[in-house]
Amino acid sequence: MQQSNTYIIVFSAVLTIILGLLLSGTAQVLGPMQQEAIALDKKKQILGAVISAEEIDAMSPEQVNEFYGKRISSTVVDITGKEISGVEAEKVEIAKDYKRPADQRQYPVFMFHAEGNPDAVESYIFPLYGAGLWDAIWGYIAIETDMNTIGGITLAHAGETPGLGARITEGGVQERYIGKKIFDESGELVAVQMQKGEGKDYSSDEHKVDGMSGATITGTGVNNMLKAYLGHYEAYIKAKSSSQAVAGL
Amino acid sequence: MSTETAKAIEKKPAEALFSKRRKKLVTDPLVDDNPITIQVLGICSALAVTTQMKPTLVMAISVIFVVAMSNFVISLMRNTIPTRVRIIVQLAVVATLVTLVSEVLKAFAYDMYKELSVFIGLIITNCIVMGRLEAFALGNKPYDSVLDGLGSALGYSWIILTVAFFRELWGSGSVFGIPVFDTISGLFGPDFKLATNGLMVTPVGAFIILGLIIWVQRTKTGYVEH
Repeated sequence: MQQSNTYIIVFSAVLTIILGLLLSGTAQVLGPMQQEAIALDKKKQILGAVISAEEIDAMSPEQVNEFYGKRISSTVVDITGKEISGVEAEKVEIAKDYKRPADQRQYPVFMFHAEGNPDAVESYIFPLYGAGLWDAIWGYIAIETDMNTIGGITLAHAGETPGLGARITEGGVQERYIGKKIFDESGELVAVQMQKGEGKDYSSDEHKVDGMSGATITGTGVNNMLKAYLGHYEAYIKAKSSSQAVAGL
Repeated sequence: MSTETAKAIEKKPAEALFSKRRKKLVTDPLVDDNPITIQVLGICSALAVTTQMKPTLVMAISVIFVVAMSNFVISLMRNTIPTRVRIIVQLAVVATLVTLVSEVLKAFAYDMYKELSVFIGLIITNCIVMGRLEAFALGNKPYDSVLDGLGSALGYSWIILTVAFFRELWGSGSVFGIPVFDTISGLFGPDFKLATNGLMVTPVGAFIILGLIIWVQRTKTGYVEH
């Protein structure tokens, strides 16, 4: 009986249904909590571009939400730098949008406001997305109000090699970008290039940072990602910097 | 024929909850029959997740849960599972349990989920799980199977935690994320600095530590590969 085909088919069907119900039930129950966790993680990543990882780790989820709500405002622009209304910046899925041609994507901009003075913007945070060696890499870059100096960067990855390319998530690597410039003297967008090899001093060069030994391809991926996304935001950045120049006069 | 029936009816006194045999089920895989150091199973995840203590602990707990629970479930069903599809049935049960773990982590410990996601999924193919199901759960009672699963999973856990301890200490200079090297360096003035070893962060570091553990263990137990 146990070896008959009918028994095997019925057994498999019943087992599949039971396990399937169990799994979909769990997914239903845990779904809202997972969504919340993902949203919180995104906020942490965005904040990571402007405050240190230790500070974020020290905050409870409620504190992160409160801090984010108080200090970050957002908008969405298109590739020409014009604002798109009716779209919530936090809802834009960069990874999905990445598959569309660059001029059809939506580009969220997050503004980090000064403490105590909600009108003053301290830095502009732009998302980044690209390809590393094995899988996707992404992050957020904060540009200061001169629209040229990098205030901070957070980088993350899906599957870079641990100890090599995966080091882009380390504070020590990300700190190398702070204070670098994205435009050269003639106003050309050159972004910042991570170099091959590690341990050299690039403090005098505004557009180069020290590389990660053994992770040159990941480094190149980061370079391409920075160049591409800063390029997509170039119109917005230029518009901001000229309006600020006018305001400064 | 008649003697056989008589034997079956004869009632044996119930075995103690923690009889000697049952204790052996749990303690054997800890040292003498350790899944990693003796059977050399489950090496892939032992290499991959052990750069730091925290994710390793989460991984260990997940493996303990999956091995014990799958042993239990398969043992409950052992007399109904058709032999021809038993591997698929085992896989379905293990995969369900692993997905449950991964969903729970995603909801309650998203940072850990991000760090471990691939490796939690890979518990499905962890040789320890399937090995215990085939070798033990299919032929033994549920309670014994749970004990057997716990033993193997604990044997796996203490090894990966030991590896992670040394790798995190030497590789990142901390234990459970608490900086140790910096604190020690601080005691000896500003010029003194304990250097971390980059090799320990890569899988090679795990091989070295694992090799040392196996060496020490086999020196003590006198185990020889046949």
